[in-house]
Amino acid sequence: MNTANPPDLTATVDTRLLEATTPSSDYLDVSASRALRLDSQRQLAPYRIAYKTYGVLNGAKSNAILVTHALTGDQYVASPHPITGKPGWWETMVGPGKPIDTDRFFVICPNVLGGCMGSTGPASINPATDKPWGLDFPVITVGDMVEAQVPLIDHFGIDQLFCVIGGSMGGMQVLAWAARHPERVATAVPVATAARHSSQNIAFHEVGRQAVMADPNWTQGRYLELGHEPRNGLAVARMAAHITYLSEEALQRKFGRSLQDLAAKSFSFNADFQVESYLRHQGSTFVDRFDANSYLYITRAIDYFDLAAEHGDVLANAFKGTTTRFCVVSFTSDWLYPTRESREIVHALNAVAANVSFVEVESDKGHDAFLLEEPELFATIRGFLNAAATKRGLNGGRG
Amino acid sequence: MLAPNSQQTSRVDHLLIAEMVARGSRVLDVGCGDGALLQLLADTKDVDGRGIEVSRERVNACVARGLSVVQGDADRDLSDYPDDAFDYAVLSLTIQATRQPRAVLEQLLRIGRHAIVSFPNFGHWQVRGRLLVTGRMPVTENLPDAWYVSPNAHLCTIKDFADLCKVVDARVERAVAFNAWGQQLGTWLPLTVHNMMGEKAVFMLTRKGPP
Repeated sequence: MNTANPPDLTATVDTRLLEATTPSSDYLDVSASRALRLDSQRQLAPYRIAYKTYGVLNGAKSNAILVTHALTGDQYVASPHPITGKPGWWETMVGPGKPIDTDRFFVICPNVLGGCMGSTGPASINPATDKPWGLDFPVITVGDMVEAQVPLIDHFGIDQLFCVIGGSMGGMQVLAWAARHPERVATAVPVATAARHSSQNIAFHEVGRQAVMADPNWTQGRYLELGHEPRNGLAVARMAAHITYLSEEALQRKFGRSLQDLAAKSFSFNADFQVESYLRHQGSTFVDRFDANSYLYITRAIDYFDLAAEHGDVLANAFKGTTTRFCVVSFTSDWLYPTRESREIVHALNAVAANVSFVEVESDKGHDAFLLEEPELFATIRGFLNAAATKRGLNGGRG
Repeated sequence: MLAPNSQQTSRVDHLLIAEMVARGSRVLDVGCGDGALLQLLADTKDVDGRGIEVSRERVNACVARGLSVVQGDADRDLSDYPDDAFDYAVLSLTIQATRQPRAVLEQLLRIGRHAIVSFPNFGHWQVRGRLLVTGRMPVTENLPDAWYVSPNAHLCTIKDFADLCKVVDARVERAVAFNAWGQQLGTWLPLTVHNMMGEKAVFMLTRKGPP
């Protein structure tokens, strides 16, 4: 592995540790009186949820959209990342005049429980020991992530969210919100997701976790205390995962078998091919901004996600009597959460005669398509939200 | 399945369907195409409308204009819905393109308290004339495709459809035939005349027995 430390590594790591414990975004500290009863039956209190908001909450508090992020996402959905300085991860979708129009809607994006950008997670300080939680942090679920967000919505005095929207693990949170708090969700937009994580996807996650844990610097998760990090392991995990976010077609189109700055093969194990160089870059930039233990915890939460299992193995039971309007979106080349898994969600919603739209967007960009420039996706989200907003009596502008 | 001829000819049957459904009711439009009927029903009857459409492009266009539509197939996906999920289940110029018209009709009667079915009448005099004179499968304004590219796998006449209604134990609440100029044929005319002069027909049905 060639993840040579950049000169400002210490500064980057320091920034990341600072963001994990004292985020530069807003945050809500949930006191011990609202202890979180986790699916594991353990209690968590107090805890912190870091979040960003965009736009203005109207007087009736009826224009709020909760954006839920994916595995390695964060609250910086439409503003620069404090560590990398890169634009927000869904700036194509969220902003003034964008499909999720912040001139019209109040957007809340929290960092998930277990994350490393300021919400309580394994990189946070355990109040009992004054040291980073590490593996003492309880194993959490997607349902726990949702329950941890409820006090944030209460904090704003919002009875019912106009919309909960997210892709991938964000889509799982959307489904969990709709199943657990149907009366608080007017519309739900699960994108590129599934109601349960497949065996193949659990397998990929396990490869990633084993890569982290095989790094000698991981030291049973206590690396933060010991002052070294499993950078190589986490980079390999990211490289493997990144392949699953693309498609064979997209990789072929982008890189083919082209060589990286070389006229001929080097007959070595350097990154001869562009695709190798690309993946190494993805791996090394990822570890600058992400905590390895967070990666373990969040992948685990996704693995455990199985909405049907929580409802007597009948997915439709999760949505019985729902009045939420759904818009399910999948992508043709997404093999991580293929269209058939979205269709299962649609079938379950039809079985309870829920109000559901379902769009499969044609794209060759794989799972990542949901984060990219996809006009059909934008048209779908814009049209769905506009129609629902009109039904809800939300006018254009900040009414 | 598509309703390839819906663009030029659907208006009259859409208007009739809009007249048939009760204000504020729940409607499922199976094979909703570009969503014109759903839009009409939403605009004029304030219905809670849903659509199923097989073409991905049309589904996406429907959702982008704010309609609740899923990509799906009448032959495969109607079984998902519970009994009496809708006040009306509509199949507009689509039944002739399904693989199993009888099964689809039974599903419509199960999931809708009423089923509304419109279809091109293969017994229309022009169709009969073409077949008689040319000895080939008729290609008309209403049935524009050659047999080898037509999605219409199960064409029927008004009499044939009335027979199917008996087979599936459906009560015909209302049956209207339109002539080539989009005018309704008088209900006092005998069925044979409807079957000869009607270019397309709209039936509103309910099931007689329990689902």
